[in-house]
Amino acid sequence: MSRSLTVVTAPPGLTVQDLGRPGWLAQGVPQGGAADRLALAEGAALLGQEVGTAALEMAAGGVFRASADMRIALTGAPARAEVDGRRLAWNASHLLHRDAQLAVSAPARGVWSYLHLGGGIATPPQLGSRAAHLSLGLGLRIEAGAALPLGDDPGGPTEMRLEIADRCGGGPVRILPGVHTALFSEDDRARFAATGFRRGARGNRQGIALDHDGALFAAQGQLDLVSEVVVPGDVQMTGSGQPYVLLPECQTIGGYPRIGTVAPVDLPRVAQAPPGAPLRFDFVTLEAALADHATPDDWVRRLARAVQPLRRDPADIPDLLSYTLVSGVTAGDPPP
Amino acid sequence: MIASSVDIVPVGLDGLAVRFADRLTDPANRAAVAFRGAVAAAGWDGVREVSSALCSTYVSFDPRVLDHAALTARLTDLAASRDWRAAAWPEGRRVWRVPAVFGGGSGPQLAEAAAAAGRTPEEAVADLTAAPLRALTLGFAPGQAYLGTLPKAWAIPRQTGLTPTVPAGALVVAVRQAIVFAAAAPTGWRHVGQTRLVCFRPDHPDRPITLAPGDAVRFDPVDAETLERRAEDDPEGLGGATWTPTE
Repeated sequence: MSRSLTVVTAPPGLTVQDLGRPGWLAQGVPQGGAADRLALAEGAALLGQEVGTAALEMAAGGVFRASADMRIALTGAPARAEVDGRRLAWNASHLLHRDAQLAVSAPARGVWSYLHLGGGIATPPQLGSRAAHLSLGLGLRIEAGAALPLGDDPGGPTEMRLEIADRCGGGPVRILPGVHTALFSEDDRARFAATGFRRGARGNRQGIALDHDGALFAAQGQLDLVSEVVVPGDVQMTGSGQPYVLLPECQTIGGYPRIGTVAPVDLPRVAQAPPGAPLRFDFVTLEAALADHATPDDWVRRLARAVQPLRRDPADIPDLLSYTLVSGVTAGDPPP
Repeated sequence: MIASSVDIVPVGLDGLAVRFADRLTDPANRAAVAFRGAVAAAGWDGVREVSSALCSTYVSFDPRVLDHAALTARLTDLAASRDWRAAAWPEGRRVWRVPAVFGGGSGPQLAEAAAAAGRTPEEAVADLTAAPLRALTLGFAPGQAYLGTLPKAWAIPRQTGLTPTVPAGALVVAVRQAIVFAAAAPTGWRHVGQTRLVCFRPDHPDRPITLAPGDAVRFDPVDAETLERRAEDDPEGLGGATWTPTE
């Protein structure tokens, strides 16, 4: 094994993630993959890689050691990151020298932080993906001492940054009709849209609970629904009536009623909402949602144009030049 | 029902579900499985993935390549093009024989389930093994098949409480269906038997998922010793399950 990242400490919630396993729904395999796909795209843009490149998803940080010089990027829920005592900028790429130790704290805001590596993590794929779905026995269960193999990195700039709008404090999200929306009364749909929810205490890669004051939301004939397709973003009423927003590790079919489905572009905001954060659901038209629709590939293309140098001083001129070569366009707006 | 009677419902921004019934029937399941195959075979630009649940087909698509109205129109036309409820089962489907131990410690709720169905435990085993069941859909866990449909007497409800856990390979019944659990899990279904069926082999290069929607599954009642021996001797590592192709 040539290059690797050694895991020095592995707090809970440290997993390898990519875009998961599309194509296996009919066989009952959830797509899974990164909880915050926008963060995956940000890391890919910073390092000039494919959006499907496998990265480390962290719920409570971790400590890592480089076996060789390697490019890294940090995205998602912002956390304190230090290399041998030196603070690293978030939403930025860096060069991690051989034998350097990188310590990432639990996030200060949000839920899921990401560490991206030049060349990506190269654990063996299963069903076309390296994403861990540990409850299904898929992917690596990372323990302290593990050496994660890395893919070849053709190289590229480091010390670059992205200006990222905060998505780690909840807020409004757009929702569209789903399989069972018609089974909820118009009054309940309106009340749902008018309700100020809070992200509940329960949550994981399968979904997050929503708390609210007031009556629960019930669908017509909800105890007797035949199992139908379930997708990430579905807002599901469980047996107790508590709503959950489902995330990438949700099951593929189910019989609980679902009042609607969050627009894919707003799922990162849902996944990154920490317990207690406000969440509100606005039913929007297809046209409105389509106007703002973007796939992870679209995100990377747009973000790649917004990557800019971390600092602007003469020493960075070589970085600027290489950035221009990599992206094919000049750096975007000057830093504020 | 006529060939064209389907409901097409949205599944968020990038999915549509084609419903053949709002409750499980054999014809509706046959339609969902066959329609899934037809949509996949059509190879329409913008379609990302097609799956089937008990009696509906799901189409995931890129809404900028194929808009909702255009896809809805194509699905409506395809649905009307033939009687999907009388469609053939997918080509290449398999007929499985799965050894299973019924009752005792291997199926602690056999008597209770039989009583709920108004059958003796012996009649219950006969009902569950007499005819092949069909994999109606796969879900809950990778490769975990919902098998059916059982005779009408087996329209027994789920338990009100959950059994905290049944082991992998557990054979459970409710609502005219049987499931072999792919992995240990809690369940509201009644545990009547035990198999060693391996439903999911994530590292298998060709067929990581053992059963496919439409496959036939016949349980072969055996004693515990036979089950263990057949599982251990199985060169495929599928827990003693064997299959033959259908015509």
